[in-house]
Amino acid sequence: MLKVIDTTLRDGSHAVSHSFTAEQVRDISRVLDQAGVDIIEISHGDGLAGSSINYGFSKTNELELIKAASEVVKNAKIGVLLLPGIGTIADLDKAYDAGARVVRIATHVTEADVAIEHIKHAKEKGMFIVGFLMMIHMASPEKIVEQAKIFEENGVDYINLADSAGHLTQNEVKERIEAVKLSCNVPVGFHAHNNLGLAVANSITAIESGAKYIDATCCGLGAGAGNCQLEVLSAVLNRLNIENNLDFKKLLEASEKHVRPLLQRPQIIDAAALMLGYSGVYSSFLLHAKRAAEIYNLSVIDILEELGKRKMVGGQEDMIIDVAYHLANKKE
Amino acid sequence: MGKIKVAIIGPGNIGTDLMYKIMKNDYLEMKMMVGIVESEGIKRAKSLGFKTSLNGVNDIINDDEIKIVFDATSAKAHLENAPILKAANKIVIDMTPAAIGSYVVPCVNLDELENENNFNMVTCGGQATVPIAYAIHKAAESEYTEIVSCIASKSAGPGTRANIDEFTETTAKALEIIGGAKKGKAIIILNPAEPPIIMTNTIYSIVKNPDYKKISEAVYKIVNQIQKYVPGYRLRTEPMLYENKVTVIIEVEGAGDFLPAYSGNLDIINAAAIEVAEKIAKERLGKL
Repeated sequence: MLKVIDTTLRDGSHAVSHSFTAEQVRDISRVLDQAGVDIIEISHGDGLAGSSINYGFSKTNELELIKAASEVVKNAKIGVLLLPGIGTIADLDKAYDAGARVVRIATHVTEADVAIEHIKHAKEKGMFIVGFLMMIHMASPEKIVEQAKIFEENGVDYINLADSAGHLTQNEVKERIEAVKLSCNVPVGFHAHNNLGLAVANSITAIESGAKYIDATCCGLGAGAGNCQLEVLSAVLNRLNIENNLDFKKLLEASEKHVRPLLQRPQIIDAAALMLGYSGVYSSFLLHAKRAAEIYNLSVIDILEELGKRKMVGGQEDMIIDVAYHLANKKE
Repeated sequence: MGKIKVAIIGPGNIGTDLMYKIMKNDYLEMKMMVGIVESEGIKRAKSLGFKTSLNGVNDIINDDEIKIVFDATSAKAHLENAPILKAANKIVIDMTPAAIGSYVVPCVNLDELENENNFNMVTCGGQATVPIAYAIHKAAESEYTEIVSCIASKSAGPGTRANIDEFTETTAKALEIIGGAKKGKAIIILNPAEPPIIMTNTIYSIVKNPDYKKISEAVYKIVNQIQKYVPGYRLRTEPMLYENKVTVIIEVEGAGDFLPAYSGNLDIINAAAIEVAEKIAKERLGKL
């Protein structure tokens, strides 16, 4: 049976600038649990300890949010994202104490080995562990397999491939999912971004190519143009007769009643979000780039294009200021 | 009077680059390279005419001529080496994150550590960012300082990769203890771009007294001081102040002694270690 990870309260927190409150998390988690979601992921958008100047401060401490969710769910497990280099094993321990039982340990697509210590530690704690490769458009299927194997050798429960820039087309998703499925013995999952309008389509392609785990969010909330929209995914899965545990009606309730009222801006593909997908830029850069464009009186499109040329990876939000500074100086 | 003789434990990238830096130095003389197997680094040291040993610290403690020892192994190995070297009266410069001795960032606190016999070099990111953090704090009083270090994937060795938490935790601590911030946070990013990117670091600080002129002067002044031992250290932008948030972006190009120029991260920690050893050597030689 297809497993669904809801990341509204993690990736989705980018879209609301990490402002979720404990009460909102409690409400959303309760309905998602009833709607048949398998894992509810909760952390700062950039993972545990992501609350910072560079990525934006959380309004409510993520540990409080994790605790709030774990108090209301009956079936779903509570998960967290951990990016080695930002969050640490100590942060993971605190999240575990707050109720997290799943950890997705994310690295850039070529850097899986920085996660080994964290995987070993999570294993000792008996957590369900996911090896999470980001920015998979930047590597060939062969390279992705090599990195996925590092995760597999160290004991992850499945491997998640993230199209963090929302840059991939369906054939590119297919070859990546199939390559990992063919070479690894653990299942593979997929995380989409909608910058090219392909999040749902790419997720379906991933499932048809053998993915057993899929990431989605209510209202498509997420960095850039957002993630795969959960209630739409549910509808399409049903239309395609792909077996799943999701309760479509409940998801409509979760999205319309609990999540949509929290949106601070429409979750759409505007020019800047499209530029992310087109140039292969990390989706989380969007709001930071828009802010820099305002401060430096520049076009956000120019900033994003330059970031793409510089091959910046996830987490390098500080380079948005660097790019804006240099573009502004050039203009003068 | 000649030079002060030194030994290096750990003939990896860091140890080998240190060896080349010592060969260029006016006050330090390379005496012995110590490893555990007949590695590339041991062969290289031998071919350059230096004594080598596969006998751990033992050959060092039996050699009275060796006064200063660089330990470029691992935190775990250093915990074993440190007491032995101390008992043998060697001054130790610890390149690992073991942090038995005091953190040292030469342009900030070297002069305060007169009687120390074990100097810990913090982290590469710490050497690159703590001086700026300190300068901002002195000028404006830091409530919170956060740094983002980005290094080329190729310059992150197996030690860094296996202990990435040590980097963030040690650097954050140094931002507080030496940098003066009430609270510190460190983030490290590995970027695999080809050709490799040179090390960049962003220092953010929330300050009490946002006086741009004072902050800017302090930052430029400390950059000049660092450039004396790391010529490839430079500001990428002018210091920026937005309300009470200071942002400084710097890059570090390595000297290319043994390691490629993009690995400014390895160069700066080694250059800082040499700076510490040189000061001790000058004192011993009566040249200070």
